[in-house]
Amino acid sequence: MTKMINLKINDIPVTVEEGATILDAAKKANFKVPTLCNHSDLCVAGNCRVCVVEQVGARNLQASCAVPAAEGMEILTSSAKVRRARKNIIELLLSEHRTDCTKCYKNGKCELQDLATEYAVGDNIYIDLVPFNDYSVDLSSPSIMKDDSKCIRCQRCVRTCAEMQQVAAIAVANKGSEQKISTFFDKPMANVVCTNCGQCIIRCPTGALVERNSIDEVFDAIYDPDKHVVVQTAPAVRIALGEDLDFEPGERVTGKLVTSLKLLGFDSVLDTDFTADLTIMEEGTELLTRLKKALVDGDKDVALPMTTSCSPGWIKFIEHKFPQLLSNVSTCKSPQQMFGALAKTYYAQKRNIDPSKIVSVSIMPCTAKKYEANRPEMRDSGYKDVDYVLTTRELARMIKQAGIDFKSLEDNNYDSIMGVSTGAAVIFGATGGVMEAAIRTAYEIVTGKEVPFKNLNITPVRGMEGVKEASVKIEGCVEDWKFLEGVELKVAIAHGLVNANNVLQAVKNGKADYHFIEIMACPGGCLGGGGQPIPTSLEIRNKRTAAIYEEDMNMPFRKSHENPEIKLIYEDFLGEPLGHKSHELLHTHYTEREAY
Amino acid sequence: MIQTKTIVQELVKKHGNNRESLIPVLQGIVEKNNYITDEDIIEIANTLDISAGEIYGTTSFYTFLDTEKRGKYVIRVCKSIIAVMKGKAEIIKTIENILNIKVGETTPDNKFSLLEANDIGWSDKEPSMLINEKVYTELTPEKTTEIIESYLRD
Amino acid sequence: MSEKIKKVDNIFSKDCNCKDILAKTLKKDKDSFIQELIDSGLKGRGGAGFPTGLKWKFAKMAEGDEKFVICNADEGEPGTFKDRVILQEVPQKVLGGMALCGHIIGAKKGFIYLRGEYAWMKQDLQKAIDEMHDAFKTMKLDFFIDIRMGSGAYVCGEETALIESMEGKRGEPRNKPPFPASIGFRGKPTVVNNVETLVYTLMIAHIGAPEFKSLGTADSAGSKVFSISGDTPIPGVYELELGMKLSDFVEEFGDGDTKAVQVGGASGFCVPRRKFNDTVIGFEGIPTGGSMMLFNSHRSMYNVLHNYLDFFVEESCGQCTPCRVGCQQLLKGIEAVKSKERDSSYLNELIKLSETMHTASKCGLGQSVANSFNSIVEEFTEEIMY
Ligand SMILES: Cc1cc2nc3c(=O)[nH]c(=O)nc-3n(C[C@H](O)[C@H](O)[C@H](O)COP(=O)(O)O)c2cc1C
Ligand code: SF4
Ligand code: SF4
Ligand code: SF4
Ligand code: SF4
Ligand code: FES
Repeated sequence: MTKMINLKINDIPVTVEEGATILDAAKKANFKVPTLCNHSDLCVAGNCRVCVVEQVGARNLQASCAVPAAEGMEILTSSAKVRRARKNIIELLLSEHRTDCTKCYKNGKCELQDLATEYAVGDNIYIDLVPFNDYSVDLSSPSIMKDDSKCIRCQRCVRTCAEMQQVAAIAVANKGSEQKISTFFDKPMANVVCTNCGQCIIRCPTGALVERNSIDEVFDAIYDPDKHVVVQTAPAVRIALGEDLDFEPGERVTGKLVTSLKLLGFDSVLDTDFTADLTIMEEGTELLTRLKKALVDGDKDVALPMTTSCSPGWIKFIEHKFPQLLSNVSTCKSPQQMFGALAKTYYAQKRNIDPSKIVSVSIMPCTAKKYEANRPEMRDSGYKDVDYVLTTRELARMIKQAGIDFKSLEDNNYDSIMGVSTGAAVIFGATGGVMEAAIRTAYEIVTGKEVPFKNLNITPVRGMEGVKEASVKIEGCVEDWKFLEGVELKVAIAHGLVNANNVLQAVKNGKADYHFIEIMACPGGCLGGGGQPIPTSLEIRNKRTAAIYEEDMNMPFRKSHENPEIKLIYEDFLGEPLGHKSHELLHTHYTEREAY
Repeated sequence: MIQTKTIVQELVKKHGNNRESLIPVLQGIVEKNNYITDEDIIEIANTLDISAGEIYGTTSFYTFLDTEKRGKYVIRVCKSIIAVMKGKAEIIKTIENILNIKVGETTPDNKFSLLEANDIGWSDKEPSMLINEKVYTELTPEKTTEIIESYLRD
Repeated sequence: MSEKIKKVDNIFSKDCNCKDILAKTLKKDKDSFIQELIDSGLKGRGGAGFPTGLKWKFAKMAEGDEKFVICNADEGEPGTFKDRVILQEVPQKVLGGMALCGHIIGAKKGFIYLRGEYAWMKQDLQKAIDEMHDAFKTMKLDFFIDIRMGSGAYVCGEETALIESMEGKRGEPRNKPPFPASIGFRGKPTVVNNVETLVYTLMIAHIGAPEFKSLGTADSAGSKVFSISGDTPIPGVYELELGMKLSDFVEEFGDGDTKAVQVGGASGFCVPRRKFNDTVIGFEGIPTGGSMMLFNSHRSMYNVLHNYLDFFVEESCGQCTPCRVGCQQLLKGIEAVKSKERDSSYLNELIKLSETMHTASKCGLGQSVANSFNSIVEEFTEEIMY
């Protein structure tokens, strides 16, 4: 049994489990203590000091997020001493901060601003230190803007990048007044190991790390009568967009999402889920082909395990950190880029539109997708395959700018073609989803039967464990796939790059006998992506996950190969999975990159 | 300058292949080359499997783990209040005049860098300075001139 | 030396063989030696003044498959240089104290964290260690000492920053609790003691608690090594009885024109002449890690304070808000008052700010900036203003 600790918060007795902090205890007693550096996903830092509270009898205040509750403590969360110190600390933070809220991207969504408002920090008494600092704004990355003049040095980003992503592209540099969040030798973000995952962005309390936004460009395209603007929406957008538009986490807003995009004036509202289904066809076939080469042809060069490739943060990660394993990565483009390549070819043909007039926009839960769309190799349609990538947050902002009352919108369906999808596609948004979708289809191709899981729900690949392992025994193969009879298909799923790193390390050392690995750069999968509404926490990610699986259960088709539009595109355009056309448009290659 | 790869590998062999040996390895580089380059850090990052960004962050915390180009002899004059009281300014002026550089600068021949340092532990014998690891105390302009000249002859 | 100041010859006395003392003490019961240390009233000489016996007791009781002893030889406090002299003059005593600590708490490994500025003494120190290792062998004591070098960061003298630094990281102080005695180096129970403290533990083993305690006062038992500098004809290192009056000290060491004494380095207190009579040097009065800087009437206390604040602005680790930004504000603040950009009432705001830094900073560095700031600003307001 865990030991219980009794203490008093503002004279109210509370009991907490041993190990709980004073902050936890205060929460339990229904007192809010402000925090900045603290984040439920990260280890305790205790550096901002706004959470200080008074412990009766102690000379010094205590950082409530960092100090464990102890038996008999008497804590005051808002005594005169606490208030004075807290206000001073906020004022200090503002004194080294370029406080131009009205011009700031985080205006209205900033934890520092909230605190400053709450404590009515009007005229800052202290000397403005901004002119003494040569703060810089880094716009080198297509995904991330880093503005040091907005940084409060809470180190949430640093902890995120190191603890959750094992990238440590950004780190704390220098000491004293020169201390800052920096990269290797202060190089531009675009020139370092940063994966553009945006996990730091969704944990940054201020405007110091934000996405590069394309809102104006997209509006311009929409208003341009010459342009045909198609938009695709990623699976994880529909279960999170609501959070930025007055819905609770976990509420599905798919129908309203479609309606709002139509109201915004997009010419065609299509679905990345369509190309998610297509990914399953291509990637599933690729996997089976690799297995065949390995098991039947005895080809020693075929790289196994094969890993997924739909998370561009993950791709950049492996390009930097494990370039020797690049041949293990599926050559499939991500669903976004498959969509982009098809929008200006297949879609253009079918709809009889000049591809040069098509502007292809995607709504993504992801900041790395901005980088991906800018890769030079992503121009297989002859044009830039995806012109603009907007995050879920940017879309919410556009909806607000257009004055759309999102809550009261009716539901609508996606347009066609490239708008029909399956439950298998929607679960791409959750960790384990690509794996589940792939197994649903591959198993059926190979055995002619549905996967033996109740309601097709392959529960062993679901959930928030960092690395999940599962195996499926293949029995009753149809003629073409007899060589797989009795094979135990071993798979692993990792989300968050720290877990990806662990799995890759095992693969590199030959200590992993998986056939297929799904890797998502972001914790929880895309639903926890760096482009999703802020804040994020495990609780919120769990709610989004539940919503995704609900969405799956409610879809008429649950297996990618049953998607009628998928059948159509192979008949009319692509031929067969891994065929010539697929290779040209849907597959890609990777580049080894520097390790810093 | 000794080749990055060999010196890093030698230092890692001596101090160990883990995070704890990071600072001793960096110190070893400074001992040999007086400052740390980006190549050094990349080599260490690969060897110790620590992100280069994080090594840079760690390096930049420590005054003596310089990442700016420094001369063969790094002169650090103590700037504590006691040193100031005992005539630090004159010592600096003397050195600046001989070497024709200002505090923070390195001579064009990369032989000397002139820096100031926080208290180096000789308040009983100020003014004082370090030249690389060697310490000189109770400095006078004359004594300082002699010392610097002996290095110049070197 | 006047009657009132008692010079002591304990730390530097060469008429004892520290190997013999160690060998003898190793045979004693561990708990009773800890009790003796507690009875002696020895408090840490590094500045914070934590009872050494208790620290060892906690570390001994703490569970851990491995434990460590760290000798804190970072000595970065401006005006402090006594550890330098101790390490030069009587290194064996320091090493003996470390070994004794290791034996008592159950540590087989000790480290000396030597500041980078003292790299010149590394070789001699290593020689002393090698020699001591041989002695350990003959005593059948399983204890090994290594030197780890600092690299020019004052805050690394703070024990948890020191540990971070030894672990290869930035020297950013940790949250406390947990304290190093329970979770320290490599997450294991660790005693961090000042150079001088370690020597005293060995000397207490030698002379016994009663004799140690016969000097000093109830709160400040024994003697202490002082680093005396500034406007004094006889700067240097002196071992003196604790609990002396500052007026007596000044009489002995001053140049006849002493205006103020900064007790405890930049993070200590400035005592003006008018308070010399009422000021006791010790834990009941003004504690010090050893630094005593004397200033005569020619000195500008604005310059003194400016120098200290410059130091803190640079040497703060920078992680916590009150200290990182507060130090800069105090420095810019006195400059603004001096240049009349702000009027003198701003000094009151700065004093309030320093109080916040004191109560809300993460570690002793930020917490103690207020000491020198308030004492100088309050006592020498005019010098700050004009
Ligand atoms: C900023 C700062 C610097 C410190 N520097 C030193 C130092 O150089 N030497 C030292 O012994 N203690 C220093 N300390 C105190 C140590 O944290 C620690 O209390 C001490 O080493 C414990 O040893 P003791 O109990 O023997 O004094 C410093 C504390 C702070 C906050
Ligand atoms: S980061 Fe926050 S406080 Fe700073 S300017 Fe932006 S909105 Fe305002
Ligand atoms: S985007 Fe991702 S990889 Fe890049 S700095 Fe942020 S957390 Fe690190
Ligand atoms: S960039 Fe943001 S998260 Fe990182 S330290 Fe600055 S304010 Fe905190
Ligand atoms: S008080 Fe200063 S030195 Fe200590 S943790 Fe805070 S910023 Fe670092
Ligand atoms: S929230 Fe507790 S110190 Fe920052």
